[in-house]
Amino acid sequence: MVEKLGAVAPAPEPEPERPAGNRALRKLRRSPAALFGGLLVTFFVVVAVLAPVLPIPGPAETDWGAVRKAPSMAHWFGTDEIGRDVLSRMIWGAQASLLAGVVSVVIAVLLGVPLGVLAGYARGWTDAVISRFTEALLATPFLILAIALAAFLGPSLTNAMIAIGLSAMPIFIRLARAQTMSVLTEDYVESAHAVGVGHLALVWRYVLPNIFPPILVQATLTIATAIIAEASLSFLGLGQQPPAPSWGSMLNIAKNFLEQAPWMALWPGMAIFLVVLGFNLLGDGLRDALDPRDT
Amino acid sequence: MLAFLGRRCLIAIPTIILISIFVFGLQKLLPGDPVLVMAGEERDPELIALLREKYRLNDPIPVQYAAWVGNIVQGDLGISLRTQQPVTALIAEKLPVTVQLAVMALIIALVIGIPAGVLSAYKKGTWIDWVANVVALSGLSVPNFWLGIMMILLVSVQLGWLPASGYVPLSEDPGQSIRTMLMPAFVLGTALAATLMRHTRSAMLGVLQSDYVRTARAKGMGEGTVLVKHALRNALVPIVTVTTLLFGELLAGAVLTEQIFTIPGFGKLVVDAVFNRDYAVVQGVVLCTGVAFIFLNILADATQRVLNPRMRQE
Repeated sequence: MVEKLGAVAPAPEPEPERPAGNRALRKLRRSPAALFGGLLVTFFVVVAVLAPVLPIPGPAETDWGAVRKAPSMAHWFGTDEIGRDVLSRMIWGAQASLLAGVVSVVIAVLLGVPLGVLAGYARGWTDAVISRFTEALLATPFLILAIALAAFLGPSLTNAMIAIGLSAMPIFIRLARAQTMSVLTEDYVESAHAVGVGHLALVWRYVLPNIFPPILVQATLTIATAIIAEASLSFLGLGQQPPAPSWGSMLNIAKNFLEQAPWMALWPGMAIFLVVLGFNLLGDGLRDALDPRDT
Repeated sequence: MLAFLGRRCLIAIPTIILISIFVFGLQKLLPGDPVLVMAGEERDPELIALLREKYRLNDPIPVQYAAWVGNIVQGDLGISLRTQQPVTALIAEKLPVTVQLAVMALIIALVIGIPAGVLSAYKKGTWIDWVANVVALSGLSVPNFWLGIMMILLVSVQLGWLPASGYVPLSEDPGQSIRTMLMPAFVLGTALAATLMRHTRSAMLGVLQSDYVRTARAKGMGEGTVLVKHALRNALVPIVTVTTLLFGELLAGAVLTEQIFTIPGFGKLVVDAVFNRDYAVVQGVVLCTGVAFIFLNILADATQRVLNPRMRQE
């Protein structure tokens, strides 16, 4: 059909309705909750990045003279069961948590979005196969799947990230598939197709930019889930391996010293809570800001 | 209805086959010879030969898979390396514990989540709505294993009100059983309550704007009756679906909760199995949860059709 139209002078390419980035940003800035979320996330990112230059003891430095000491001027957050500075381990642990959250979501997006777009674009058998595959993955609860993968791949932070990424992938397949299908019904896509824009170009120029906002929102919210998942796996001993610091593994040890050193359990959990809250608030704010329905 | 259920079960078959391929594939991820791992430390040559024979490890992979599925269909999920018990028996033994925990958690979640969602929607934009939303978002952001640790610290260590760990079967001493399970169930239930509250709120917001609610009010019906009989009953359809789908979250949460409160359930089983390299148990648990989840999904769809007559017409 496209070939037959070849003789007709090419019509100017229709401009896709791009989400008004500036408008979204303005809306985001007006939401105190989203701003607070952004602030929390920024704070933890800055702390994690600055870890090597901050004036704190090393995360593995032990001080046998100060074992399980309550918070004091020398150790603001106290010390742990072998005299390591809890604050230092918290700051270095932020690296593991944020890295795990971001990397696993990147894995999920890079695998899930192409599969979802393919399913939504090609329909038919491709769609049926991908959809069954997605359902099979979704049928196994997130953490159970991650535990099983970590168990068979061997426990390490890298494997935990792969496991979390694979477990989160089906969410993005589903979302990208549904979004692609809805974008494909738009007039500008049909016109682009009519003037002979190829499949790949169509996906690259029209589908991807239009499905980007909901994917961004989902990715932000999934980072929150992924950070909890990493902490959970590390808590079970299937993520970051000791002595490398991670909030989850710190809690795992802390639960054995609840009566003697409750502060060991307090801080890491607080940090997980705040950073996850930050991503959740930011995600909710982004969703409202990028929603084209209300202005 | 029967035709609907039959059709849904048929559609589920390819998904279940995919899950089984995935679970089977897990053992191929193991570095080295799975039989050497399965045979444990002693590496008894007789056992190794027996295992090789049983899982047809000298045959091509599709034949191995067929043999594996053949065993499962006959109810044989393999033997636990550590306890030497059949995996099926282990799962059957641990499941009731987790079901009790899950049911209690779900009751707590429903009792907190639905009224909070209704109230929040009814008082939309007021401070009540604001507080409910902040609490719900915090509930979603708090790692429930940390909440568990903090609860132990407060309720057991400081106040001494409830036991910090342990499990008493329901059949042995119902009172004590519920008492020991109360704190874990609360910890597990709060995260679900948050999700339920958010869904209830948005479902109620939609329903409260509908014509029949306005009509009910116009004819002078009391607010309570309008809220419960007209609004909530209609908002219930999506809430029921969400509740069924929360199963996955409930189970994942149970893994961590059981670990913290040392409850000998399904979740403790899988975590212990991971550390004991008891791979048959891990595979059995993943397979069972996957299949159970698919049937719960079908159940959710069926319930939805019962609750909403309009859906029966297609």
